[in-house]
Amino acid sequence: MPVEIPKDKWPGSIRTVTLGATAADGGTRGLTVTVGGQTALPYMHFEAQSPNPPVVAIEIKSERPEDWSSILTEAWGEALDDPARWAARAQDAGAQVLVLALSANDTPESAVKAVKAVLGASGLPLIVLGPGQPEKDNDLLVPVAEATKGERLALGLCEDKNYRTLVAAAMANGHLVIARAPMDVNLSKQLNILITDMGLPADRILMDPTTGALGYGIEYGYSVMERLRLAALQGDSMTQLPMIVTVGFETWKAKEAKVGEGVPEAWGDWRERGLHWESLTAAALLEAGADIIVLRHPESVRRIKIAIDELMVTA
Amino acid sequence: MALSGIQIYKLLPQTNCKECGFPTCLAFAMKLAAKQVELSSCPYVSEDSQQQLAESAAPPIRLVALKAGGYEVKAGNETVLFRHDKTFYNKPGLFIQVNAADGDIAKKVAAADAYSVTYVGLEFTVDGFAILADGDLGAAVKAVRSASKRPLILIGDPAALEPGLQACQGETPLLHAADPSNWETMADLAKKYQAALVVKADTLDELADLTQKIQARGVEDMVLDPVPAASPLSQSLAAYVQLRRMALKANFRPLGYPIISFPAATGDPVRESLFAAQAIAKYGGFVVLSEFKPELLYALLVLRENIYTDPQKPIQVQPGVYEINNPTPESPVLVTTNFSITYFAVANEIEGSGLPAWLVVADAEGMSVLTAWAAGKFDAERIAKSIKEFDVASKVSRKRVVLPGHVAVLSGELEEELPDWEIKVGPREAVDIPAFYKQVLT
Ligand code: SF4
Repeated sequence: MPVEIPKDKWPGSIRTVTLGATAADGGTRGLTVTVGGQTALPYMHFEAQSPNPPVVAIEIKSERPEDWSSILTEAWGEALDDPARWAARAQDAGAQVLVLALSANDTPESAVKAVKAVLGASGLPLIVLGPGQPEKDNDLLVPVAEATKGERLALGLCEDKNYRTLVAAAMANGHLVIARAPMDVNLSKQLNILITDMGLPADRILMDPTTGALGYGIEYGYSVMERLRLAALQGDSMTQLPMIVTVGFETWKAKEAKVGEGVPEAWGDWRERGLHWESLTAAALLEAGADIIVLRHPESVRRIKIAIDELMVTA
Repeated sequence: MALSGIQIYKLLPQTNCKECGFPTCLAFAMKLAAKQVELSSCPYVSEDSQQQLAESAAPPIRLVALKAGGYEVKAGNETVLFRHDKTFYNKPGLFIQVNAADGDIAKKVAAADAYSVTYVGLEFTVDGFAILADGDLGAAVKAVRSASKRPLILIGDPAALEPGLQACQGETPLLHAADPSNWETMADLAKKYQAALVVKADTLDELADLTQKIQARGVEDMVLDPVPAASPLSQSLAAYVQLRRMALKANFRPLGYPIISFPAATGDPVRESLFAAQAIAKYGGFVVLSEFKPELLYALLVLRENIYTDPQKPIQVQPGVYEINNPTPESPVLVTTNFSITYFAVANEIEGSGLPAWLVVADAEGMSVLTAWAAGKFDAERIAKSIKEFDVASKVSRKRVVLPGHVAVLSGELEEELPDWEIKVGPREAVDIPAFYKQVLT
């Protein structure tokens, strides 16, 4: 009995966004990474081709993280003390993009130095995040943007209360920005409108819808991502941006991943649980439409790359 | 698909005899369409019409329930493609596989059967066991039954399955699997023992063909195994999505059944975890895991709970003052929101530390600290209001209140709202509360 499969045809599509610039385009990256371009829901290859597979990024820090789980610090060892070494190790571990998170202790000089060191150590495209305090973010990211003109970095995070300075710096220096809204379709849209209104083209924006870890609100992030992707395909242009999710950051602060002592026996083996926490959060969000997954543990990177490879198999 | 009042009217006798209590058949049909009356109120409906009406009232994805020893594991009856559209109802059952040829079945099953884990105040367990008939299935079922009463999935060819079925009569197990080569014997076996039956084929065309033939042979409770073992994740995802769409959008009965998944088919534990997560998020009905591994099971149980949470009703706790570890008037006051995940994360940390505290849960409409703050539901005014409303001042001699680190910006305003209180900023994450407590509050 021939079964007729209902196929969705969508009027809208996701924009393509390219991170990194090679020498030919005024940067120094060894390669560029392009995400987006979908015209159907994630991995529905029977409806449309998925032009660009999602990519895995690894988060590294400008200074040794003090509060990371020992599962993570054991994996990276002494590389934690040196962003350049860490970047090279992350590239070896399979990262396709690097995320350098600056610290609240950084000065503009040390931030620029760390960014330059990472750019020197690896040819991968780079995302640079501020420490997450509006004024400090601007103090650090503006000089970083200027010192790396033309590299097509992605700078973040732009939030509704603090986006102007960052957007202006990205515009003036040929970079991209990451727009983060707190798990809400309309707030995401609004922020993208504000940013494009300043004159930054939409193909230089990555959208971070905010996510929760498994057990800590993943369902909210998951559903917001599904709704954003549906809105985009239905033709809502201000949601047609690739999505980046900071899975490593969220999962490794969850107790299940972070801690091995004083937890219920029913939680099982600590290391494996931590890896499941990170990779299963990532796997679920991939299928909700994530284009860039930022992870922390090299083994999770290996696992999620297996998932992506399999998800990209077209019959 | 549900019929309209007019469509139902066409199936009624159209004699307007009023015995149903309505003046006309049409009036009765309208009530029936609105599900406000039962069809049985009309004594004159033909058998043919009855059947058509019953079919139209059936859910697009059949509810299949596996039963044993007072346990019931249900799958099916889903109504939406996306959880944000309404909610997903029947959580996929997680089954642990054992092999009949193994020597220590009872021991393995006992460990998994006793498993219990708590998450946000909810208790989770394993749902049942799958037994592969690579040895004497009758003996294996008895061994499992010596250690667990939970529902069973029996895997093997018809000859191997029958002794197993004899060993669990009176239960509703699930048989795996009818395929194009054995479906008649399998269907007869399922019928004889009143078991549910997995139907397995490599394409949806073959699958639809088989389910119809099996239904015609008298088996109603079917479950689909729609992709070849070890298919890439894209293929299982596509097949599961297509099945859900066929059922919900096209009301295509031959494929309107729950789905079973075997994530361990390749023997690779990483793949098993990824595929199991996919099956939970995207439309799986029964998921068979190769081994009892608490760390994976816990992660999957939590994922399942999260995905199947009703998105219209975030799980909330009652706002109020919660006493943790017998606080005294000297103990500090901590504030958080009434989003249950947030509450449990904070309460568990304080409890685990053994340190006494008053935990004030403010009504933030069930949102987490950061989300509630962004949405204006967790500001200085609301926090101050909670503290006054719950009369926290009467419980403490030392007025100290600790704000979540994520809303450190509120401390100035809160000082104005609560002038006689000492305002402290705690850590951003619950996991850091015990260290903070020991350093700053003692
Ligand atoms: S009892 Fe049946 S036939 Fe009579 S009026 Fe009602 S619906 Fe019509």
